[in-house]
Amino acid sequence: MFKQLLADLEATPWGTAVRESTWLFPTIESIHVLMLVLVIGSIMVVDLRLLNLTSRDRSVKELTDDVLPWTWTAFGGAAITGSLLFSSSALKYVHIWQFDTKMCMLALAALNMGLFHLGAFRSVAQWDRAPARPPLAAKLAGGISLAIWVTVVALGRWVGFA
Amino acid sequence: MLREFCVWLAATPFSQQIQNAFWVIPTVQIVHIVSIGIVMTSMAMLDLRLIGIAGRRQSLDAMAARFLPWVWVTLIVLLCSGTILIIAEPGRDLQNVVFWTKMTLLAAALILTATFQRVLHRNKGYWERHRAVAALLGSVSLVIWVGIIAAGRWIAYVEHG
Repeated sequence: MFKQLLADLEATPWGTAVRESTWLFPTIESIHVLMLVLVIGSIMVVDLRLLNLTSRDRSVKELTDDVLPWTWTAFGGAAITGSLLFSSSALKYVHIWQFDTKMCMLALAALNMGLFHLGAFRSVAQWDRAPARPPLAAKLAGGISLAIWVTVVALGRWVGFA
Repeated sequence: MLREFCVWLAATPFSQQIQNAFWVIPTVQIVHIVSIGIVMTSMAMLDLRLIGIAGRRQSLDAMAARFLPWVWVTLIVLLCSGTILIIAEPGRDLQNVVFWTKMTLLAAALILTATFQRVLHRNKGYWERHRAVAALLGSVSLVIWVGIIAAGRWIAYVEHG
């Protein structure tokens, strides 16, 4: 059932095109790299602020309002290009443990972000006055996020060697 | 000449050691790509600010003070990790036209960035007074950095020595 789904994905016009073309894969991969470096770079800006290591003179709310729209745009681009690359050889990728672990890590990143938004970030107005010092829960969320995203990038690069 | 140099470099004990340890190249590439994330995002923030579509709540001076130190420091990490990758596979890079395209683009980007920084410090308010020049500089810089990343990935896909 799942296998059939993956085979169907590979047989889609775009899956076939990316697999058979000589230049489509590297071109989409280049866009994927551009998007993912912007995702991890901009998330680092936020995480380092939550850890109270950088941008200490700026409120967390103001900084996230400035940065996160770019993060989400780049993430959208990375997700679309990543899906295209995946569809070219879906059956192969699901058997690479680095790929599967990367997907789990992305789910963990989403969970971490969700918990942060339901928890520490709800009271951001209270702890976000200059000199803003994020509470322990916010620092934890930032540190965990940083570790997860570096792992995501590492596993992603590793998929290419598997 | 270059060909002989690549053959010699690939035969050195250091290069041999890297080639024989399967994990070195992937690990160094991971360091390289995370560093590119830091440099690219910092430059994108700055360039988009110069163009006028990001971070307008902050002054250009504040943005530059925030991001440029990260660019210069992380560039050292990129230089080191990149050098290790060249030593590991000299022909893949040094005998590759895309690699030299990347290096040319990098040199151009660094000259632009250093010029921007110099004017920012020496001529207070210059970039605020010359919005069009600032926007042009930001756009050109952004395009060059995108080119650097694309070229970096394409190194792996072209014929080389």
